Amino acid sequence: MQLVEALRAGDERVFEQLIRMYQGTLLRVAQMYVSSQAVAEEVVQETWLAVVNGIDRFEGRSSLKTWIFSILANRAKTRAQREGRTIPFSSLGDSEPAVESDRFDRGQWTAFPTDWPEERLLGDETLHVIESAIEGLPPTQRAVITLRDVQGWSAEDVRNALELSETNQRVLLHRARSKVRAALEEYLAEDA
Amino acid sequence: MTETVEQLSCQELVELVTDYLEGALSAEDRERFDAHIAACDGCRTYLQQITMTVALAGRLTPEQLDPAAEAALLEAFRDWRART
Repeated sequence: MQLVEALRAGDERVFEQLIRMYQGTLLRVAQMYVSSQAVAEEVVQETWLAVVNGIDRFEGRSSLKTWIFSILANRAKTRAQREGRTIPFSSLGDSEPAVESDRFDRGQWTAFPTDWPEERLLGDETLHVIESAIEGLPPTQRAVITLRDVQGWSAEDVRNALELSETNQRVLLHRARSKVRAALEEYLAEDA
Repeated sequence: MTETVEQLSCQELVELVTDYLEGALSAEDRERFDAHIAACDGCRTYLQQITMTVALAGRLTPEQLDPAAEAALLEAFRDWRART
């Protein structure tokens, strides 16, 4: 694989690109396991160092991405255990409904959701609202929506990287998307 | 003998949207979902809102790495290359 060969040959630019490509995502995933941002950053740094040290031994049985994230998961879990932390990463979090129940009467919308004005959707402010909403999610929901919707990973890659069952991955994605949609709806209703 | 197809309520539908988009609904449930969407403006709008939310999330750029942290990693990479 070209990327791996380039890394083994010591191509710094490739390594730099790799870091930039995965750094944010690695952090999000690390945050699922460990208690603080600082510790999450340490775990991610350790992961990159392990990647550098281990690249010669990488056999290519999985993709490079999967390999990097499995190193991360191991490091993060070890760290979490050392912190004496029970690992909540598989926890589904709260179970709020996708839409608040007072929006319905006997199962039907009391008022239909309104169409979103395209001009406002295209603005930077909208992206900030979404970013903010994602930041505010519980760590595991945040990790799933980041990997799936922000980064475009497949469901299978996410399940493997985060060690989630198919059902759990979907539930987490569902809750995350519901909350982000609600935040966007609230924002768009504001200066309507 | 007539078959009564249980219809989805709007409140039930919004909980199934992710399963629907993931292709995880049974053929029967997918039919019920499609039938409801075809007949219900509110739920059609809701589904559109979810797909728009997903599309917009895809436009977020990844977090930038702290320059000092990145420099440290590149340094480590150079060291490794020098050693091997």
